[in-house]
Amino acid sequence: MIKYLLQLADNALILGHRLGEWCGHAPEMELDIALTNIALDLTGQARSLYQRVAELEGLGKDEDDYAYLRDAWEFRNALLVEQPNGDFAHTLFRQFVFDAYNYHLHQALTHSKDEWLAGFAAKSLKEITYHLRFSSEWMLRLGDGTELSNAKLKAAIEDLWGYSGELATPNDVEKELAQQGIIPDLNLLKPAIEAKMSEVFVAANVGVAAGMFMHIGGKDGRHSEHLGFILSEMQFLQRAYPGLEW
Amino acid sequence: MTSLNFEAIFQSKIDDEVKIEPKDWMPDAYRKTLIRQISQHAHSEIVGMLPEGNWITRAPSLRRKLILLAKVQDEAGHGLYLYSAAETLGADRDDLVQQLLTGKAKYSSIFNYPTLNWADIGAIGWLVDGAAITNQVMLTRTSYGPYARAMVRICKEESFHQRQGYELMMAMAFGSPEQKSMAQDALNRWWWPALMMFGPHDAESTHSDQALKWKIKRKSNDELRQNFVDVTVPQAEYLGLTVPDPDLCWNEERGRYDFGKINWDEFWNVVKGNGPCNRQRIQARTKAYEDGAWVREAAMAHAEKKEQRRMQPEAASKAA
Repeated sequence: MIKYLLQLADNALILGHRLGEWCGHAPEMELDIALTNIALDLTGQARSLYQRVAELEGLGKDEDDYAYLRDAWEFRNALLVEQPNGDFAHTLFRQFVFDAYNYHLHQALTHSKDEWLAGFAAKSLKEITYHLRFSSEWMLRLGDGTELSNAKLKAAIEDLWGYSGELATPNDVEKELAQQGIIPDLNLLKPAIEAKMSEVFVAANVGVAAGMFMHIGGKDGRHSEHLGFILSEMQFLQRAYPGLEW
Repeated sequence: MTSLNFEAIFQSKIDDEVKIEPKDWMPDAYRKTLIRQISQHAHSEIVGMLPEGNWITRAPSLRRKLILLAKVQDEAGHGLYLYSAAETLGADRDDLVQQLLTGKAKYSSIFNYPTLNWADIGAIGWLVDGAAITNQVMLTRTSYGPYARAMVRICKEESFHQRQGYELMMAMAFGSPEQKSMAQDALNRWWWPALMMFGPHDAESTHSDQALKWKIKRKSNDELRQNFVDVTVPQAEYLGLTVPDPDLCWNEERGRYDFGKINWDEFWNVVKGNGPCNRQRIQARTKAYEDGAWVREAAMAHAEKKEQRRMQPEAASKAA
């Protein structure tokens, strides 16, 4: 259970961190506000999850110990969320893939046998529903907008599609928890996620090359080269001046 | 009615504390002054996101990261809100942004200073937002209605930021010796630029007289600066930090602090573009604007296509 909560928390933390990198640099002020908003929601979700992990572990750790004092191989986020922001099309497509998965996941998690998790999912679902609406709408704007924006969106899909499969491909932790009825069987969730994605793809006039290779491993701590740099930046103060209150 | 009458009615409204609203007659110079001032304020909010945004990815705890994200987001909101207030005077947001990027319009010089250690984030909240509030509380009573109302909301959020900044400074000043020296270093670098935020001495301020008569401004630069010093010095003392001004002392007779001479050469240098980060700030804004052009164009094109499809559903379905 702890490993699974860390998967959820690390996804939220790392994606929130990436979105925070946009702050002050977005294509328009309204987008600056929206991207920061999503970063705030995700970072807030990560906080609740780390607090829950601390409670379950009972080792006297706090939320910041998990975010700031683990090394890359202990992080359990999917590879997708640590990918660099790239241009706005990359950021947006990364967000859309994550939101489509996250929305259906949290919808199912509201029925979890684990009371805490069900409650957390219900609370987060409100935020995630907004995220999915935002990213779906922008998929349409970019896909249906100009020739250039359509081409840029297609390039982003090409670059990132290989990281889109991991989220809904169950690892051992997820298989076991699904058997216990604590989380949904991701294989059963897949059709709904794919239906949402193809609905938006059709409307946005973009497609995906069939049979692309899908990378996995992030959820088990095998990351891309990007995560180390995210952590060295994020953890700098906690590592340089250990044990202080900030 | 002659324009003289219009002007007399306008001034009598101002004198009677009646707010001027967008559709009311107003002298051209009043309109221009307000557009200049409101858009400068909006630009300052937007450029001000950069020095603080610089530390978002390095915030040392999740709580601090959330506070900082929310603060920078508020600034984007203030920027939007102020551009809208300027638009009620007939200005166009895109024109105003162009003026910022081409250097024609100014923004608060304070944001041309770099954020070099984590305590700078506290110092900005405490000193920069503190100075801004001193200015802005006066502006909640400014004569132009939309601006005054925008300032009421902005002031509430700014005073929240100011408290959070001071709370961060407390954590640092009462923390480890390293943290305390970060706090002192931040105060050393931000103190004087914060005092400069109030602008030149009254005697040298070009826009002040008319702005006071029109009640756009309601207090002079020097008066506001003195208020800020009087409030802030005891706060620094509480933190156990030293204000970097050897001439600073309590004047029993005046019941106020006397303080040292401001380095106006530095002030004018930064205004003229020679501050540590002037070039970088405008480059960052220009890059965001240019890199984002295709995104804004896409949104516009999509909206137009959507509207067309709505107007001619048959033609659109045939074309498809």
